Amino acid sequence: MILTLHDFWAANGCVILQPYDMRMGAGTFHTATTLRALGPEPWNAAFVQPCRRPTDGRYGENPNRLQHYYQYQVILKPSPADIQELYLDSLKAIGIDPLRHDIRFVEDDWESPTLGAWGLGWEVWCDGMEVTQFTYFQQMGGFDCKPVAGELTYGLERLAMYIQGVDNVYELAFNQHGVSYGEVFLENEKQMSKWNFEVADTDGLFDLFAKAEAECRNALENDVPIAAYEQAVEASHVFNLLQARGVISVQERASYMGRVRDLARGSCEKYAEQMAERWQAQYPEWSLV
Amino acid sequence: MADFLLELRCEEIPARMQAGARAELEKLFRREMEAAGVKPGELTVWSTPRRLALIARGLPTETEAVREEAKGPPVGAPDKAVEGFCRKNGVSRDQLEVREVKGRETYFVEKNVAGRPMVRVVQEAIPEVIRSFSWPKSMRWGEASISSGSTRWVRPLSSVVALLDGDVVAVVTDGLASGRLTRGHRFHSEGEIEIGSADDYAATLRNAFVIVDHEERASIIREGAAKAAAEARLTLVEDEGLVVENAGLTEWPVPLLGRFDESYLDVPPEVIQLTARVNQKYFVCEDSAGKLANAFICTANLASNDPAVVVDGNRKVLAARLSDARFFWELDQKKTLEEHAKGLERITFHEKLGTVADKVDRVAKLARWLVEEGIVKDADPDMAEQAARLAKADLVTEMVGEFPELQGLMGGYYARAEGLPDAVADAIRDHYKPVGQGDEVPTSPVTVAVSLADKLDTLFQFFLIKERPTGSKDPFALRRAAIAVGQLLTKNNLRFRFRDLFEFLADVEEHQLPSESQWRQKYDCSFEELIEDGFAPSMDAIHKEKELFTGMLLGVQHARGRDDVVEFLVDRLKVQQREAGVRHDLIDAVVALGGEDDLVRLLARVHALKAFMETEDGTNLLAGYKRAANILKKEDWTASDTRIDGLGEEDPLALAGKPEFDETMRAAQAQGRGDLSYTPEKAEKALIDALDDAAPKAEQAVEEERFEDAMAALATLRAPIDAFFEDVTVNDDDPAKRKARLDLLSRFTRAVGKVADFSRIEG
Repeated sequence: MILTLHDFWAANGCVILQPYDMRMGAGTFHTATTLRALGPEPWNAAFVQPCRRPTDGRYGENPNRLQHYYQYQVILKPSPADIQELYLDSLKAIGIDPLRHDIRFVEDDWESPTLGAWGLGWEVWCDGMEVTQFTYFQQMGGFDCKPVAGELTYGLERLAMYIQGVDNVYELAFNQHGVSYGEVFLENEKQMSKWNFEVADTDGLFDLFAKAEAECRNALENDVPIAAYEQAVEASHVFNLLQARGVISVQERASYMGRVRDLARGSCEKYAEQMAERWQAQYPEWSLV
Repeated sequence: MADFLLELRCEEIPARMQAGARAELEKLFRREMEAAGVKPGELTVWSTPRRLALIARGLPTETEAVREEAKGPPVGAPDKAVEGFCRKNGVSRDQLEVREVKGRETYFVEKNVAGRPMVRVVQEAIPEVIRSFSWPKSMRWGEASISSGSTRWVRPLSSVVALLDGDVVAVVTDGLASGRLTRGHRFHSEGEIEIGSADDYAATLRNAFVIVDHEERASIIREGAAKAAAEARLTLVEDEGLVVENAGLTEWPVPLLGRFDESYLDVPPEVIQLTARVNQKYFVCEDSAGKLANAFICTANLASNDPAVVVDGNRKVLAARLSDARFFWELDQKKTLEEHAKGLERITFHEKLGTVADKVDRVAKLARWLVEEGIVKDADPDMAEQAARLAKADLVTEMVGEFPELQGLMGGYYARAEGLPDAVADAIRDHYKPVGQGDEVPTSPVTVAVSLADKLDTLFQFFLIKERPTGSKDPFALRRAAIAVGQLLTKNNLRFRFRDLFEFLADVEEHQLPSESQWRQKYDCSFEELIEDGFAPSMDAIHKEKELFTGMLLGVQHARGRDDVVEFLVDRLKVQQREAGVRHDLIDAVVALGGEDDLVRLLARVHALKAFMETEDGTNLLAGYKRAANILKKEDWTASDTRIDGLGEEDPLALAGKPEFDETMRAAQAQGRGDLSYTPEKAEKALIDALDDAAPKAEQAVEEERFEDAMAALATLRAPIDAFFEDVTVNDDDPAKRKARLDLLSRFTRAVGKVADFSRIEG
């Protein structure tokens, strides 16, 4: 399936990238999405990103909720006029017949206060199941996206469940030689759910958060915003772990999110400001703000 | 006569925005037509997820010719200005007329504006409609979005069909050219389809599997869902919001019934319904006994060539959601609420206000106090305290973590499941109520105690740390809490003085005196302020007697917090009463008397005043009051009985209790009461007598909270004051008479003013 999507999107002009090698909550955190959504240059890319969402762990007991799963992400800048048709063609390519299944675009705007980003779009439903997040980025790092990028995020496990017709993610065939998804990941889900919810040392996590925050600032002061951005991604994940451990209240949550946002936005801002001169030279009609 | 069709096709419009978009399209189109002098007749506006359509029938083929005139520069203005005016209006200089405007010779031009063909009018209207269309949220897209000024729409705009009597109205907006081509259903129809005219629009789309009329789609869903339920011998749980939402999600709706595993019915029905409705937009059904059935109805957007696949897919999604819900339901019950409540110690309520457990402790004490003081009657204090201690426990349950809107409700379920008394379970379930104006206001005593205690604590605590709402910002929903307090008090006729309440709250607080740094952090004020406010002589003194002064500072702080909270509550009450039709000046007239912190009594007084002011006696008395007050003001008169001469003390109360003071007071009062040195006129005497009778009656009535009676007593003053003004000269040449009469008026205004501050009343 991944190979089919790679073929499809490569044929439609995307560069095929590899996953970002850090723990992150969504493919959107990949620099190929966030940082590349800034600026005027056309950019078309597709890649798989493993995602970690500590609070979604269910100890391997839920048929389709996982604390670790895979997203397939496509970013198309500027968003092409036929982006919805392209997307539907990609579904057909992986074997989803839209005359058989009920495919729907249901309002789901996307906002990542953490990234100072928002966009409008949909969650795409296949027979009631969300299989893709479809977003037109309007702002990133606090800047207007000029031009707007279209982002497609496929939930690979869910799509595979449809195509293979199985009810439980752990029953997915991982290959044609009898290896199931469960054999690969079930034990991992059990242990990681336990660690996320019960075991992880919260003092250590608070400490980690503070260190990532400090390092991000250090990187920013020394004009390496990409490195700063990585620390923001780290802080964001540690924050998610703290949430899973249930040690952050609703009120505090806002304050922690604000801190992560400051880091991520600061990094994006610095990056955009650094690049702005070059972009402007190439695209005279473009301006940062 | 011409028929016009406009279709704006775009990518999927959120269901919730479609009704607003139809209204907006109609409004803007009318506006454009009216600006061109065209009266559009009946307009039909339709929406689907992918298009907005408008049909205007019976438009004139051209606009009427009109005669217009334009005012130009004055005669003698520079040639440039005059020429510019001529050029703008397409006339030569000798066609100008000269008329006089405010004494100045001014150029005018009159011209006939010929009727314009309708096609021009709509050609101009379309881009204007698109440009000025307002969506709740709109976006930019595509290549054009490299500039921030590109067209905004709810989602990318794909095509514009504009036909006037079947002919294309050519317009180009942001690179998008109008035409007669559109698209049908996303999957049932391929390629572009051609629209002939407004007449065949709906039928052409229907052939392409699009039912363009949203109301038709709604009735297909409504009836289809009911039918599907009936076929399964079930009854549809009607949900009109869901009907409209599904109509906004589909162009070709097909309701389909599916079943879910019966074992999920162990989960509370609210949870199942919420899961199905909010997450999946499914209807649920009931069996003949009115119990939730293990069935759902989803609305597909196509006639699938294999409907069973669609149903099965939806079943799986719902099963996963319900599996989650059941997992939470079972997991949560492995602990008692009391055990869950311990988890609240880990949750910060607010960084300056401690944990949720701290809040729960305060609320529990307060709930008990409200019952023990007899403010909330007929409740068991132990139950009130217990309910308050458990009310927030469900916040740390998994179910509420997943569905925050179930807070309270789940606590109620868990309480019942572990066998707690119904009154406690109900109080846990309902203690957030009332939420907002329309919500049901609790009346069960235990619930009332917990709900009120919770909201009062929130208000008091946030005011103490100076987190009060400003402008549109009210992050802690304090306005809502204040309104809820008002509703609880009035609905249940709960009487107490806020002063007592705040003294109790302050006692609860003072158990732990904070250190200065804690203090500074929490209250954002310092020991220096104590010195500035004159409560302590020096920092040294404070440090020496830390406990004393911290306690004092705490007291000061609490007093400030208390006054602010009461003022805030009264303000909310004003807003609430204004919405209920009570004039704010009437409320002000009562509030201005000061010292009132019993909201129920305050309202009773306001309502009595309102009723009085609606009578003729009321309005006339007000007129009399204003006249008297004006005279006193003009004369700068201070009545003899309030002015204490000859004591040589600035503060007369300093002498209170001393014999010379009493004597002077008695003399002054006697004078004021009308022990006159002359024979009063008839009307004057009548007013004195009326006052002698009415003033104590009114005062007594107010004291006994018989506000209608107080108003009735005032009403007896109306005729005498009218007659007094009619027959008596206040500014008599005889200074004794003048003085006595001014004193009399002063006495009158003060008597009236004890019931309400009439100077605040408009009219």
